[in-house]
Amino acid sequence: MKVRLLDLAHARSGDKGDTANVGVIAFKPEWFGVLRSHLTAERVAEHFKGEITGPVQRFELPNLLAVNFLLHGALGGGGTLSLKTDAQGKVFSTAMLRLVLDIPDGEAQALKLPEAPR
Amino acid sequence: MKPLVRVAAGQGFWGDWLEAPRRQVEGGPIDYLMLDYLAEVTMSILQKQKERDPAMGYARDFIGAMESVFPAVAARGVKVIANAGGVNPDACAKAVGAAARSAGVAAQVKLGIVTGDDLLPRLDALLAAGHALKNMDTGAPLSSVRDRVLSANAYLGSRPIVDALARGANVVITGRSTDTALTMAPLRHEFGWGAEDWDKLAAGIVAGHIIECGAQCSGGNCLRDWRTIPDLANVGYPIVEGAPDGTFLVTKHPNTGGRVDVSTISEQLVYEMGDPKSYITPDVIADFTSIQLENSGKDRVRVHGIRGRPPTDSLKVSIAYRAGYKAVGTLVYAWPEALDKAELAGRVLRERLNRLGLRFDEVRTEFVGASATHGALAGAPSPDLAEVQLRVGVRGEDRKMVERFTRELAPLVLNGPPSVTGFAGGRPKVEDVVAYWPALIDKREVTPQVRVEAA
Repeated sequence: MKVRLLDLAHARSGDKGDTANVGVIAFKPEWFGVLRSHLTAERVAEHFKGEITGPVQRFELPNLLAVNFLLHGALGGGGTLSLKTDAQGKVFSTAMLRLVLDIPDGEAQALKLPEAPR
Repeated sequence: MKPLVRVAAGQGFWGDWLEAPRRQVEGGPIDYLMLDYLAEVTMSILQKQKERDPAMGYARDFIGAMESVFPAVAARGVKVIANAGGVNPDACAKAVGAAARSAGVAAQVKLGIVTGDDLLPRLDALLAAGHALKNMDTGAPLSSVRDRVLSANAYLGSRPIVDALARGANVVITGRSTDTALTMAPLRHEFGWGAEDWDKLAAGIVAGHIIECGAQCSGGNCLRDWRTIPDLANVGYPIVEGAPDGTFLVTKHPNTGGRVDVSTISEQLVYEMGDPKSYITPDVIADFTSIQLENSGKDRVRVHGIRGRPPTDSLKVSIAYRAGYKAVGTLVYAWPEALDKAELAGRVLRERLNRLGLRFDEVRTEFVGASATHGALAGAPSPDLAEVQLRVGVRGEDRKMVERFTRELAPLVLNGPPSVTGFAGGRPKVEDVVAYWPALIDKREVTPQVRVEAA
């Protein structure tokens, strides 16, 4: 089943030099496991392919139901060097939430995940 | 020892809401007002101001903030801690002293001034002694940009602020202190936490991280349920209610807007987060995976369980250097086929820049309304967009070339694609690019100094 990250989690992003960080926070404790097993560094790197020039690092914060990503080479040089509208990565959070996950039907139903609109 | 100490955030950056400091001291009881003015590039802006006028180089907003809170400082014993000193804490202290005298409260104001973060005068000696001050991101040695360096400041921790408070200061002004130390220091001072009380120090740092961006933890910029966040016009800035054991509550004054709950705090905790197990500060390394949050009544979140461990032997250094020039200009194209028109204008502009032989390190073209912030992830835009803003930026070492670029946008209004407007602002401005160079230095090379004096 297709599930939009937008329907599972909220997020905030910021910058450190040319790296954007995106913290993704599950809406419900039982949905954190979905982020844990399906929102991998590889999946996020694929999502942002062409938008960032560097690798993706991933860290878990189970205490906050959150997964934190570092997107390297995301900000056109970062800080004052960047010519981007979003030079400080403030809305990488919502770009992340455009991601759509493929969840096995059984798992999605058991967790009552909202299905993506077709 | 007080059983509870309230630290209120009144500014999250230089440019934050001017009303906030006064609202924090008037809205209910607080012990400390914490004002964070310094972002990564702020120091370099201040350095340029100081070069033009030796009496400048600090966050001027702070003087107005102090004027609005002097009655509370003088009559109710509220103390103020701010990194407003920038690259000139002494000048900042002088201006605050003068304002205190004008307000008739000089007798009640004792200034604490923290210096020692400024490494610029010692930079060549440090390089000669073998401190490479390599760029933490790229590994390049500072010598590669030495002749373009504008400012160099070590991030100081809580110790000098604690010293100033212990010596009776009630308005503490620092230069480049860490944002989090401004909140942790008063808790450490009041509760007598030792230099190796790692868990408590880490708790103070986490409290600082939560409130250092002002209302960004109390409903501002909060994505979750954003439509239901009440009364943002009257948003309440955050307050930490710290306890001696290192636990604390985050709340805001009654009868203010915004929201404090586990969601608003969680969003702020992950903001600008790196490796959550290692949030490195000069005082302690905090483990953000140990933080426990609980809703504890309306607009109250209890925070506990925080673990810390000893810090590294280094301090981070914030260095700013000149890195050429840039300019950004925009034009707005209207329906029908707004995006197609904007795209054609972008191509025409590029071709003209090429034909003029202008060379830049980067030319960036964006289409605001279609893809500027999310790029290709935004998908195909609606063919019916009401308007699209063409936004073109250039950056390069040659100021003349950047200036020539700024002359190429306006002509497109009459000699480019149709249905264009939005040029009322005139030619884009050429800006100096002051870039950020993060580095590390051995802690033993940096000696914080504290002065406490009457206003």
